[in-house]
Amino acid sequence: MLKAAEELELKRKALQVRRNILRLIKAGKAGHVGGALSMAEVLTALYFRVMKIDPARPDWPERDRLVVSAGHKALVLYAALAARGYFEEKLLDTYGSLGCRLPGHPDMHKLPGVEASTGALGHGLSIAGGMALGLRLSGLPSRVFVVMGDGELAEGSNWEAAAAAGHHKLENLVVIVDRNGLQISGPTVEVMTYEPLEERWKAFGWATRRMNGHDFGAILKTLGETPFERGKPSAIVADTVKSKGLPFAEGKVEYHYWKPPAEELAQAERDLAEIERTLG
Amino acid sequence: MRSLFNKVLLDIAEKNDRIYMVLADIGYGEIEGFAERFPDRFFNVGVAEQNMTGVACGVAMEGNIAVTYSIANFPTLRCLEQIRNDVCYHKANVKIVIIGGGLAYGALGVSHQATEDLAIMRALPDMVVLAPADFAEAEAAVHAMIAHDGPVYYRCGYKKEPALHGGPIDFRIGRAIQVRDGSDLTLIGTGTITYRAFEAAGILESQGVKARVLSMHTVKPLDREAVLAAARETRAVVTVEEHNVLGGLGGAVAEVLAEAGGGVPFLRVGLPDSYIHLVGSHNWLLDHYGFAPQAIAASARRLLEGRQ
Repeated sequence: MLKAAEELELKRKALQVRRNILRLIKAGKAGHVGGALSMAEVLTALYFRVMKIDPARPDWPERDRLVVSAGHKALVLYAALAARGYFEEKLLDTYGSLGCRLPGHPDMHKLPGVEASTGALGHGLSIAGGMALGLRLSGLPSRVFVVMGDGELAEGSNWEAAAAAGHHKLENLVVIVDRNGLQISGPTVEVMTYEPLEERWKAFGWATRRMNGHDFGAILKTLGETPFERGKPSAIVADTVKSKGLPFAEGKVEYHYWKPPAEELAQAERDLAEIERTLG
Repeated sequence: MRSLFNKVLLDIAEKNDRIYMVLADIGYGEIEGFAERFPDRFFNVGVAEQNMTGVACGVAMEGNIAVTYSIANFPTLRCLEQIRNDVCYHKANVKIVIIGGGLAYGALGVSHQATEDLAIMRALPDMVVLAPADFAEAEAAVHAMIAHDGPVYYRCGYKKEPALHGGPIDFRIGRAIQVRDGSDLTLIGTGTITYRAFEAAGILESQGVKARVLSMHTVKPLDREAVLAAARETRAVVTVEEHNVLGGLGGAVAEVLAEAGGGVPFLRVGLPDSYIHLVGSHNWLLDHYGFAPQAIAASARRLLEGRQ
């Protein structure tokens, strides 16, 4: 069981991550907000509890790696890296400025802690699979985590990668699917049938779990049980709410990419202040 | 040449334990040596070239050298976005090897004919593009490819191509090799078709035309100095490539010549900008499409006559 004090601390970190996302959008005047906010708890858990990392040594060979395959989730990655101390949070204020180090999709050569440059969907799992193979053959105990979008699963290349990871028994590979149920052209149930998701991953040789992607108790318990089975990669379907934390935007497809008017930005700040108030 | 490639790679891999092969269900009869000698460093990902390329990128990002290898277009076109975004953008140490460039797979049809590869690979930033002409170049090119830190595209021949070079060669990435000297024009070839350009030079000599022949085994970075010296010293340039006439060696040489000014007579010998609908063997197709040595020589003569 997650202790109340620990959970409160993680919730505060997740709030800091959400504030950083808002800070980025404020600086850049626009951004992919929905799928960033839906992963705030998961990335907080990864960077503050689960992954074996050292922000002072981003190239430490024995670190765990996170590949954000859905590269448009860059904002939550930048927000979490800043919160974890990979770079100063004031760097976030440069988002959208000319020549900044924060492209709309991550570039591993620009910032410490970014493990792969992504942006075109359906690439990250293959790269992560290659990393996991390389780590296994180097005898390193490190693991590779991958965050994917649910809409991203329509890309066929993911299933090439899933099959090979299952076949090669990449036990050090963990996928987390952000199952927020919305993609750019509409609700996923209207665009493409992805369910039954756990069964799909299972059929490719993966061990799977489903969890509430906003509940730290569930997240830490689930991630703590990886690998779920010896000799299999692990896939977690994280049920989430797109734009989580901003009630006016939650579950609305038009907040996939957000160019906030002043009144919405002010509302968003009030919404996050309200979260802070409830945390006490 | 593909047997030689695999033998040389295996020899290098004996000394370098960071070399991995990532394949997509291919190589029957050629790659078993590596697979049996280094089973831990050999991955078959099934018929899935996108994943092959992404996995190779990930393997390389862990400090290794990853070689992808397949027939003609398979390791390039299906997975072009992975080559661009994963390999080149990351500057990952991945080597993309194709077996049978151009029309090598002859009667198997257009799906198996790599006739736009040089143009496409050349347009990718940070990609080195190699097309060795004979066994001597092929062997040296494997060493150069492995020694180069970054993405390399390697267009490998398919069978027992004749030797272009009589003796030892000085192979360096980005440096053309002069096969024979001449004063009346320069034939620049890339890949195994260069031997036919060399034969054409022999025919031209018997007709009183002295042709210089350059083996441009590196299409990118192109040896600008060799091209400009050829233009300056022989006053006419003909490129010969087993590739669409657009965008490959001829395109690269044309860029250099045009920017230098001076306007020497110039001709690109290549495949027409249309797909091959004839069914036949490699050599038969080459002869049909103007790559017979006599045809190359005749094209060169027409260029010179136009100049006079």
